Amino acid sequence: MNDTMSRYRTMTGHRLFWPAAVLFVMLAANTIYRPGFLSIELKDGHLYGTPIDILRLSAPLILVALGMTLVISTGGIDLSVGSLCAISGAIACMYISKQPDQNSVGVVVTALAMAMGVSLVLGAWNGVLVAVIGIQPIIATLILMVAGRGLAQLITEGQIITINSEPYRAIGLGHALTLPLAIFIALAAALLVAAFTRRTALGMIIESVGGNATASRLAGIRSGRVIFLAYVISAACAAVAGFMMTANVSSADGNAAGLWVELDAILAVVIGGTSLAGGRFFLSGTIIGALIIQTLTTTVYAMDISPQTSLLFKAVVVIAVCLIQAPAFRARFSRRRRHAPPPAAIADKPKEQVPA
Amino acid sequence: MTTGTLTAGRARFRLPRKQIPVLATLALLLVMYGIGVSQYTAFSNVQVIFNVFIDNGFLLVVAVGMTFVILTGGIDLSVGSVVAMTAMVSAALLKDGMPAALVLVIALLIGPTLGLVMGCIIHFFEIQPFIVTLAGMFFARGMCTFISGASIPITDGFWTSMSQERIGNPQGNFVSISVLIAFAVVVVAAYTLAYTRLGRNVYAIGGNPQSALLMGLPVARTRIAVYTISGLCSAIGGILLSFYTLSGAPLIAVGMELDVIAAVVIGGTVLTGGAGYVFGTVLGVLVLGVIQTLITFDGSLNSWWTKIVIGGLLFAFILLQRLIGIRYK
Repeated sequence: MNDTMSRYRTMTGHRLFWPAAVLFVMLAANTIYRPGFLSIELKDGHLYGTPIDILRLSAPLILVALGMTLVISTGGIDLSVGSLCAISGAIACMYISKQPDQNSVGVVVTALAMAMGVSLVLGAWNGVLVAVIGIQPIIATLILMVAGRGLAQLITEGQIITINSEPYRAIGLGHALTLPLAIFIALAAALLVAAFTRRTALGMIIESVGGNATASRLAGIRSGRVIFLAYVISAACAAVAGFMMTANVSSADGNAAGLWVELDAILAVVIGGTSLAGGRFFLSGTIIGALIIQTLTTTVYAMDISPQTSLLFKAVVVIAVCLIQAPAFRARFSRRRRHAPPPAAIADKPKEQVPA
Repeated sequence: MTTGTLTAGRARFRLPRKQIPVLATLALLLVMYGIGVSQYTAFSNVQVIFNVFIDNGFLLVVAVGMTFVILTGGIDLSVGSVVAMTAMVSAALLKDGMPAALVLVIALLIGPTLGLVMGCIIHFFEIQPFIVTLAGMFFARGMCTFISGASIPITDGFWTSMSQERIGNPQGNFVSISVLIAFAVVVVAAYTLAYTRLGRNVYAIGGNPQSALLMGLPVARTRIAVYTISGLCSAIGGILLSFYTLSGAPLIAVGMELDVIAAVVIGGTVLTGGAGYVFGTVLGVLVLGVIQTLITFDGSLNSWWTKIVIGGLLFAFILLQRLIGIRYK
């Protein structure tokens, strides 16, 4: 009895338990509602099915959220990723549309390189504002969020640029090893970030900077450089996500591409258990968070509810997940069950200020 | 400056420094207006200024509410959606034949209620304002389309009379009733911030919540109050918007929260809280309004230039605040 209780507590105390449980419940509810939900079939050597769709459509969000995780773990936030997606997609599509042979791989690679270059410069701009000039991250990136939308429309001249390029389209819709290519791109990015942060000291350095930038600097870490790097990585991830979004529809729309993706990304990060205060980050949690958001969107579409109304469900899920994870809420909840104080509330005590 | 000479020398320099962001905004506004007048003969017409107020009355009211929130060091992303939801609810209820007075009361209650709930979650469960108000934004926007997927026109007599009433000379220079309501909100808010206990508490919490708590100030009550005030201002803004457009549309005021935050920042309110004035916010809204008017007058520039210019101004003003801040410490 005692053994099962403690095992239950360790399980519910695990940081991935609640996000994973929410994802599982959503998938289960979907399967009950629509028995064919989980079925996957092989057609022309490609796998098709709702789960594959969810994975493919969540790829851009996973990418953006990965960069966002690093930025948030340094105690910052990057609101400009949506605009960066629009800019990178606009530059790539604009360049390709001007070339005589849109199907040439060389053209596509040049376009991607140009767009990536501009995105890195814009990411560096964010980094300089935050790390060198010391502007509050929300505002520093708000500048590019507002102005970037305008820049994207400036690049596309307010038009929707349509292209007809097979290699570019493959980024969003191509297949490899029976699975959509986008899944592999997102997976590769996730593994790359995970390898650099969890197999080297970089992850710990980022967390220490997020915990206390001044203390880290005194301990010999170049805090400014780490923060700068986080914004550049975030911009790079957003650029790739922008390629995927525009490749999905083979066109670039400066106004609509990547709209509100920054909010979804922040949600994915928070649902995944990374604190907005910085100092800790969980890449696996972020990926589960992104999958939860995409599953929710797909579910709502499948239930024939308008995409805008799906925001209602999103609001409910966000508040529910945040409340479950909030230490203050848990503490209140556990006080009522006086006999079983869950160690979870004690274990991940946040960096809270002592009241009075 | 005359009083400065009487007091200690340091105070003389510190006093204007606090006002520098507001003064810079004022200077910018005058320069932009000067450019407009020198370039376009029609710009000197007083009606141009009145039109800026008529077109941005609702923005002004919402920005005033946001000033309260930002002064405590928080942020409210839900304002744009609450504006849309208020307009939507009024339009839907009026369509069902409810009397205008009752609709007005219901519409004005929704915003503050949502604000109160968000404030409670932020305070009691210690969840970041950013996330809570983001959820509020999703909720309100979702409610809009839940009510109706298409725009609902308003034909109610009270609403149309409020919309078409011209105060002043109807053929010459006039303002709408919305402008007067917006001014009333500004005056009440400025008084509240400057002369009441609530206003002092807002500044104290923004300056340092820890000290405010140790001083025995009601941090919980004040923090919840500012989100409620912001909700109320958004609701009033939503009513004004429905006067202005005579309809409720599910996708109206998308991204308005960014304009509002930009206006507040350009108006000199510091985003970490504790410093700023309602008057500055009025100037910030006017700067945005004049930019739009200039771009409309020019005709060859496209609407996206507005965004780029606003972004540039945001950068300039934050940099200015930062430079003053460094010297201040």
